[in-house]
Amino acid sequence: MAAPNKGKGRKPAGSPGRPGRTLVFFLIAMVALTGGMFWSGHVTPRLGIDLAGGTSITLEAKNTPGKPNAINKTNMDTAVSIIERRVNGLGVSEAEVQTQGEKNIIVNIPRGTNEKQAREQVGTTAQLFFRPVLTYQAGTPTAPKPSGSPSPGASADKGDAADKGDKAGETADKPSDPAKPSADATAQGRAVTGALTADETPSPGASSDSGGSDKGSDGKDSPKDSPSPAPSADPGTAALQKKFEELDCTTQAARTKANQGTTPKDTIVACGKNTQGQWEKYILGPAEVEGTDVDDAQGVFDQQRGMWIVTMDFTGAGTKKFQSITGKLSQQQPPMNQFAIVLDGNVVSAPSVSQRLGGSAEISGSFDQQSAQDLGNILSYGALPLSFQEQSVTTVTPALGGEQLEAGLIAGAIGLALVIVYLVAYYRGLAAIAIVSLIASGILTYTIMALLGPAIGFALNLPAVCGAIVAIGITADSFIVYFERIRDEIREGRTLRPAVERAWPRARRTILVSDFVSFLAAAVLFLVTVGKVQGFAFTLGLTTLLDVVVVFFFTKPVMTLLARKKFFAGGHSWSGLDPKRLGVQPPLRRSRRISAPIDPKEA
Amino acid sequence: MSRLGVLGARLYRGEVGYDFVGKRKIWYGISILITITAIVGLAVRGLHLGIEFQGGAVFTTPSTSATVTQAQEITQKASGHPAIVQKLGSGGLRIQVTELDTQQANAVKSQLADSLKVDETKINADLVGPNWGETIANKAWTGLGIFMILVVIYLAIAFEWRMALAALIALIHDLTITVGVYALVGFEVTPGTVIGLLTILGYSLYDTVVVFDSLKEGTKDITKQTRWTYGEIANRSINSTLVRSINTTVVALLPVAGLLFIGGGVLGAGMLNDISLSLFVGLAAGAYSSIFIATPLVADFKERDPKMRALRKRVLAKREASAAKGEPAEAGADAGAPGAAVGSDEDDPQDAAPAVAGQRGRGGRGRSTGRRR
Repeated sequence: MAAPNKGKGRKPAGSPGRPGRTLVFFLIAMVALTGGMFWSGHVTPRLGIDLAGGTSITLEAKNTPGKPNAINKTNMDTAVSIIERRVNGLGVSEAEVQTQGEKNIIVNIPRGTNEKQAREQVGTTAQLFFRPVLTYQAGTPTAPKPSGSPSPGASADKGDAADKGDKAGETADKPSDPAKPSADATAQGRAVTGALTADETPSPGASSDSGGSDKGSDGKDSPKDSPSPAPSADPGTAALQKKFEELDCTTQAARTKANQGTTPKDTIVACGKNTQGQWEKYILGPAEVEGTDVDDAQGVFDQQRGMWIVTMDFTGAGTKKFQSITGKLSQQQPPMNQFAIVLDGNVVSAPSVSQRLGGSAEISGSFDQQSAQDLGNILSYGALPLSFQEQSVTTVTPALGGEQLEAGLIAGAIGLALVIVYLVAYYRGLAAIAIVSLIASGILTYTIMALLGPAIGFALNLPAVCGAIVAIGITADSFIVYFERIRDEIREGRTLRPAVERAWPRARRTILVSDFVSFLAAAVLFLVTVGKVQGFAFTLGLTTLLDVVVVFFFTKPVMTLLARKKFFAGGHSWSGLDPKRLGVQPPLRRSRRISAPIDPKEA
Repeated sequence: MSRLGVLGARLYRGEVGYDFVGKRKIWYGISILITITAIVGLAVRGLHLGIEFQGGAVFTTPSTSATVTQAQEITQKASGHPAIVQKLGSGGLRIQVTELDTQQANAVKSQLADSLKVDETKINADLVGPNWGETIANKAWTGLGIFMILVVIYLAIAFEWRMALAALIALIHDLTITVGVYALVGFEVTPGTVIGLLTILGYSLYDTVVVFDSLKEGTKDITKQTRWTYGEIANRSINSTLVRSINTTVVALLPVAGLLFIGGGVLGAGMLNDISLSLFVGLAAGAYSSIFIATPLVADFKERDPKMRALRKRVLAKREASAAKGEPAEAGADAGAPGAAVGSDEDDPQDAAPAVAGQRGRGGRGRSTGRRR
C-alpha cells in the first residue's frame, strides 16, 4: 500500500504486492481461529488413547445359526478390519481394534469420543437384505385388526421405552436407532421417495388374516418365481403365520426375537417403523439382494425433500439382481410390489416399486444426519461376518502415561530452543522473522488441531506430537530457502528491497514444488491406508498446508515490510543481511585461499 | 558467523566447493556399502516387531494396588520384553507383552501373581492379536508404492525423468538405511517407527527437490554455452545450495535430536526413542543422499544423453584450445577434476590469462551461467 511508487513496477514477478493488507487478513484469520477455539471451549487438542486413555469395549463373537464354525481367524480378522473402519472412518480418531483370544475383539476408543455412538457402531452386524414384502400390518399382536391408521399412543411410548433399552446397550439392535432420535420430528417430514416411494397406504385389512397365510408360504421358491400365493398350508407356513399374528413390534424383546435364527433364504417376519414412526410388521420373502452387493453407501441430505437419506450404489452383480427384483415387483399388486430393506432383522424402509430400477437405491426413513451418516458408513464397510455381543465396557488408563507426553514436550522445547539459537547465530535479525513465523505457524497448528477434535474426531497420539515437533524443522526449511535466496540476491549486488522481491518468485517455486511432494505423500497415504497411518498422514498434510499458508501470507509480507526498515535495509551488522558479512565486497582481499572446511558428514 | 556468511558467498559464486560430482564414485561406493550392510542386517537379524504388529499375551488382573509403573517393571523382568500396561476401570490392570507363547505366558502369570499379591487363578491370560494387523501394514505398503509412482510421474513432469529416477533411488536408499539401522540396533518396531519412516518420505524428497530446483535453473540454457559440462553445473548447484542444505538439516535435526537424546535418552521414554531414532537416521540419510547421491546420479544419467555428450565434447575441445593458447596448468587441472572449482577459472579464459589470484576474483562474478539471469 505504501510503496507502489518508484521503479518497482518494472519487475512484474517481484512486485511487493500489498504486504500490509495480506498481513492484516492473516492476523484476522488467526485471531478468528483462536477466538473460535476459546469460544467452542475446546482449548486443548484431543489426545489419543495412548496419551489420554479411554474406553475399552470387549466384544464376544457368537455363532450365527446355520454357520456353526464361523468363528475362525479369517472371520475374526475381517471383523477387526471392518470394526476398525467403522470406529475410525475418517482415520483420525486413533481408535484401536484388536483380537483377544479366540473369539473376542477389543475396541479401544479414546476419551472424548462419542462412546455411545461408537458402541452402536462396533456392535452392529449390518446384515443388509432386500426382501420382497409379502404382507404387512400394524405392529401390534391383534391380528384381525385392520390397520387403517394404526397409531395407538401406547405404541409410541413403548417404542421409546424400547429405545432406552437400546441405550443400555443390551442388544445390538441398530435399525431402531436411526429412528429414535427423530421419531417425533420426522413423523411429519415424510418421504415421497421418487421412484422408490414408500407405500404409506395402510395395508388392506383383508390381507391381515387370509392373505397372510397365503403369502407366508413355503418361501424357498414361490416368492422368487411368482409371488402369487402358494396355497399349501404346511406346518412351517402355519407356524410363520402364527408368529406373525403374535408378533408385537412395539417391544424391543419381541423385535429382537422376531427373526432370530433365520437365514437369508427363509421367509421371515420382521418389524419396521413406517414414516409416521409407527411400528408395522411384515412377512418377507427370501433375500434377493444382499449387503455385499452394495458397493458404496453414504448418508446425504436430500434438498428436495428436506430430509436425510442413505444412498447406495450396487456392484455389478448387485445391479443385476436389483434390476431383476424391481422388474418383477413392479408387475405386482400392492402390497406385493414393495420390497423391504432389512438391516439386522429390522425393516428400515419398505418402498414400493413402479418400474425396473438400476444400479443404485436409496433408503429413506426417519433418519437424522447422524443416523443417516452412521448407516451409510456401516453399509459401505460391509457387514460383520459374525455377530457380536458386548461383553464388557471399561475405562482404561493411557498406555504411555503422562510422563511420556511431558518428556516429549520438554524435549521438543529444548529442540526448539536449539533451533532458535542456531537461527539467531546464523541469520541474526532475520531469525526474528523466522521465529515469529514459527510462532504463527505453531498457533495455527494448535488451534486447528484443537478445533478438529470436536469437528471430525481428530485425536493426537504421541507419534503425532512428535510429528508436530519435527514439523518445526520442516517449516523452518521454507524460511531458510527464502532467506538464502534473498542473501544470494544481495550477493549479486542488489539492495535489500529489490532483493526481497526478486528472491520471492524463485523461493516460492522451490517451496511450492517441495511442499507439493510432501503433500502428495500425505494425500496418498491418507486415501490408501487406514488406522494410525491415516491419522499421521492427516497431520502431515495439515502441517504442510499450514507451512505454505504461513510462508505466503505471513513470512513474505513481513519480510517485505521489514525490508523497508532501516535496520534491515541499511544492512545493520545484526540484521543478517549485512552485505559485508554476506561476502559482498570488492575482490581485493580475496586470495586463493583454499577454504573448503565443509564437513561432508554434516552435509 | 560472518565467516560462514563469506563462505556462503564463496560457495554461491563457486569459488570454493567440494567436487561432489567428480568424486561421486567414492560416495556411491560408501552408499552401496551402507545399503548392503543395512540389507544384510535386515536379513540376518530381522526386525524386532512390537506387540502392535504381531500380538502377544495379555494379562488381565483383578483389582490391585500395584501401580502401572510397578507392573511394567515386574512384567518386563519376568518376560524380558517391554510391556504395555493400562489400568482398567475396575481397578485391575491390563498388561500386554509381546512374543510370548503359552508356556512362557504361564510363567509370567505366576510371577505376576506373586509380585502383585493377587490370586493366580484370577489373572486372566489370553493371546492378543496385533492391532496393527496385516491390513494396516499392507495398506501402508500399497500407499508407499502408489506414492512412489505418483511422485516419479510428478517429478518427471516438473523436472525430467532422469531427476525423478535419481530422486526415487535416493529415497529408496534413505528408507533402506533407516530400516537397516533398526535391524542392527535391535530397537522394537512400533507404529511410531513406521510413522517416523513415512515422515522421511516427504522430507527426503523435499531436500532433493530443492537441489534439483537449483539444478534445473542452472542448466536452463546449458546447450547454448561451451564452458561447462552438465556435471560441473550440477556440482555448482549442489555447492550453491549447500549452505541451505546444511542449515535446513541442522534445523530439522535439532528437534529430533532433542527428542532422541533428551526425551528418549535422559528421560527414558520408550516410544519417543522409537520415533525419533527413525527420524534422526532418516533425515540425516535424506540430507546426505540428496547431495551425494541424487544429484550426482542425475549428472550421470544426463551425461549419457547425446546432447550432453556433444556438449561435453565441445567444452573439452574448447578447453584444449585455450590450453594450447597458453594456460596449460589451469585448464589441465580443471579437465582432470571437472567442477573442482567450477565457475571461476573458465569464466572467460581469454582475458583471464593474467595473475591466477586476480583471475579467480573476477571470474567469480560468474555472470554467464544460466544460474542467474
